[in-house]
Amino acid sequence: MILQRDGARESRLTGFARLLRWAHVDPPLLFGLVAIILFATIVLYSATGESLPLMRAHVGKVAVAFAALLFTANLDPVWMRRGAPFLYAGGVALLVLVLFTGDIAKGGQRWLDFGIRFQPSEILKLAVPLTLAGLMHERPLPPSFPMILLGLAIIAVPAGLIAVQPDLGTAVLIVLTGTTAIFLCGIGWRYIAGAAIAALAALPALWYVMHDYQRKRVLTLLDPQSDPLGAGYHIIQSKIAIGSGGFFGKGWLNGSQGQLEFLPERSTDFVFAVVAEEWGLMGAVALVSLYLFVVGRGTFIALTAPDTFTRMLAGTFTITFFFYVFINSAMVMGLLPVVGVPLPLVSTGGTSMVTLLAGFGILMSIQTHRKLGDAVRR
Amino acid sequence: MNGKTRLPLTPVESFQARWLLVCALSVLLGVTLIARAVQLQVFNKQFLINQADARHLRTAKISANRGLITDRNGAPLAASMPVDSLWVSPQEIAQVPDQIPELAHATGLDASALARDITSNVENDFMYLRRQMNPADARAIADRGITGVHLLREYRRYYPAGEVSGHVVGFTNVDEVGQEGIEKAFDDWLRGRPGKKMVLRDRLGRVIEDVERLESPSPGRTVAASLDLRIQYLAYRELKAAVYANRALSASAVVLDAETGEVLAMVNQPSYNPNDRSQFVPARIRNRAITDMFEPGSSLKPLVIAAALESGRWQPDSRVDTSPGLIQVGNKVIEDKHNLGLIDLTTLLARSSNVGATKVAMSLPSEQLWSVLSRFGLGRVTSSGFEGESAGLLSHYKNWRPIAKATLAYGYGLSVTPLQLAQTYAVLAADGVMRPVSLLRVESAPIGRRVIEADNARAVVAMLEHVVAPDGTGIRASVPGYRVAGKTGTARKFAVGGYSTERYTAVFAGVAPASRPRLSVVVIVDEPRGGAYYGGDVAAPVFSKIVEGAMRILAIPPDNISPLQTAGAPAVTAANLP
Repeated sequence: MILQRDGARESRLTGFARLLRWAHVDPPLLFGLVAIILFATIVLYSATGESLPLMRAHVGKVAVAFAALLFTANLDPVWMRRGAPFLYAGGVALLVLVLFTGDIAKGGQRWLDFGIRFQPSEILKLAVPLTLAGLMHERPLPPSFPMILLGLAIIAVPAGLIAVQPDLGTAVLIVLTGTTAIFLCGIGWRYIAGAAIAALAALPALWYVMHDYQRKRVLTLLDPQSDPLGAGYHIIQSKIAIGSGGFFGKGWLNGSQGQLEFLPERSTDFVFAVVAEEWGLMGAVALVSLYLFVVGRGTFIALTAPDTFTRMLAGTFTITFFFYVFINSAMVMGLLPVVGVPLPLVSTGGTSMVTLLAGFGILMSIQTHRKLGDAVRR
Repeated sequence: MNGKTRLPLTPVESFQARWLLVCALSVLLGVTLIARAVQLQVFNKQFLINQADARHLRTAKISANRGLITDRNGAPLAASMPVDSLWVSPQEIAQVPDQIPELAHATGLDASALARDITSNVENDFMYLRRQMNPADARAIADRGITGVHLLREYRRYYPAGEVSGHVVGFTNVDEVGQEGIEKAFDDWLRGRPGKKMVLRDRLGRVIEDVERLESPSPGRTVAASLDLRIQYLAYRELKAAVYANRALSASAVVLDAETGEVLAMVNQPSYNPNDRSQFVPARIRNRAITDMFEPGSSLKPLVIAAALESGRWQPDSRVDTSPGLIQVGNKVIEDKHNLGLIDLTTLLARSSNVGATKVAMSLPSEQLWSVLSRFGLGRVTSSGFEGESAGLLSHYKNWRPIAKATLAYGYGLSVTPLQLAQTYAVLAADGVMRPVSLLRVESAPIGRRVIEADNARAVVAMLEHVVAPDGTGIRASVPGYRVAGKTGTARKFAVGGYSTERYTAVFAGVAPASRPRLSVVVIVDEPRGGAYYGGDVAAPVFSKIVEGAMRILAIPPDNISPLQTAGAPAVTAANLP
């Protein structure tokens, strides 16, 4: 796009740009993602304690994730819409399976082992917005009340299954993704107001269904010093790491909180604290800026998308991605309770990197298939 | 478009309106994130940096080496060796209780006792496992990788001369604080000042890195003792042999350099090895030469004679009639073994006449006698600087009973320590000048204090040479090639109901060489039970052997080689000829 000029636009494309176009890759989005992942790799070398095995695993995962990106980028959105219900059904089936046979890691049943270990909940992160967008496609908008109820059911089933694993963080993310999709399709304001009131009313009830450790995390947020060696430990150490980094940071490999293992989960959920400690405010702002660049490009793709399905899909993915970033960094900085949400594209471990890049592949597909689709229709 | 009619938005318009709302929300959240980061990293920065430092930085002690104790020639008597102490963090190992048996096996501790200790200290971060191990052994255990096990570098005191110098050198406790002897008396001088360093520690308390040295440790200073280890060995060996041969309870010997006041040797039996703490029982670690008092018996007579000469009423050639070999003072009868008749002061000492000494003492004013004895240092602690030193007993003349002067004459009714007695003979040896006793090497002879006239001191020494003569009581103290002067003493020990007739203290005190005295040597053997109990039989031979060796060690030229004497002829035959 940047390279497009009047006249002989094909002939003035460089070989690389032609390759990208052939592969249905969106150059600005690719630039943002690669920049974040490169920075993340440098940070992780420090955050894993210079562990080469962990770095090899990370690089392998990045490679798989880019393969997933290329795959979804080359899928026509029409096929996505048609395949969405099957992906959703398969994902829910796996979630049921994991309840009975899954591996237990860190206190929750989340993993399935089919040669490679993965969390079925990751599939639903893609399947729920795909299904919802497909449902609303070429229907009168704003949706009717029964349609809204159906949409809510599509969200509630997997979210409930994930919540009982228990993996509250992912469940919350799926609910956020789904409600974002419904919101974007233009439901009336009275529904939104009603939902908001209902949500507020449900908070006390939620308190009673939460596990003890979850309640503790909420209380800890309000007063970390109440249990500095137990539940408050993560937040205290993390705030110290971030704050002591100051403006310029302590330097790569020199963050004492991280390197001396005071900071827990430093290469996974709390990796943002390592960024802030070693690279300072500058590093934190630079990383957030890169995220905002990616979100901005996603916004552009959503706003210019040709139909309801692609528009809802692109919008939902972009907003969800931003939620990920916000929830994780707010948690690490002590603004939200500790929930197990990794920092997208940076944290090691889990399968979220693959899911995320697959999602960005869908964004690229929407962007790059549009002109072809328009041309066919015309 | 009619402003009054609300047209439904197209899907695209609806989506864009929603999208704007979402974007506004996103910007708000983004601003929140940045604001929080600024709050933490700019405004709370210093507080949080301090919090971080409080977690990682610790001040650690750098042990300072304790000073060396050497003898007067630089031979080490006490030195600090690096050792490692093994400690464990009960907090940490309590997390992995299945490692406790392995730890117990490695350290040779009882597994159940160790588990109990760990459980009862589980709140603590520090517990000693074994202290002062050979560094290689300690390292081998630490390298097993048992959780929470660490090393601590310490120093341990090692005493190369062992029991030979144990009483003088003393010992430290496990924390290297002096407990006895020189180690205690000069602790401030020996003790180093530990340094401080800032270290970086990780969550488990392991030291990752030394950040900076805040204060360098300053090692303790060397103390050069006055002892001559060679004479000390010699004295120890001879004393130990005598105690064994005479089946004595205990014994002490002191060798003083009369010219400087330095203690060249100070030994006791029984002794202890300061390297072996199991031997630390009071009866063995007591430095009897300064803590134990005894009644000096006849070995005090030379001081009485010195007081008589000082008074001017008596001359070296004055005579005293001891007939009929006994004298009644108050209701007490004082006897000699034989009736010696009219004798001079030299014979009085040589034959150790109690009657003669009593008559001499009775002729002196109490104040004058007390004054001389007091100036000789009786009843006062010496300047050794050792804690626990006894002052001896010399009651003031105003408190003397009528008989006191008589009993004092032959050494009863007052008490001295071996070191005090050696000091009095050192005064005689040094022409009547007293120099402060020192257990540290002195670089030059200190200025002394005159106690008696030089002529009188020389006269007493000359008389004492006759004690070590064929018809004197101390013939067995003689030394081949040297003239020696001294006095025997055989004191009955005071027991319940009066003086014992079975338990004695055998003493020999003397100076050598008599022509120009350099050494003052005292030997006390307590309760010899091997048959012999006279000072001349039990203590005098020890004196002879110590002096003989010391003369050679100190390279003091012989003063008693007759031109006629040939190699192999017993020197004693030539000794003390007029």
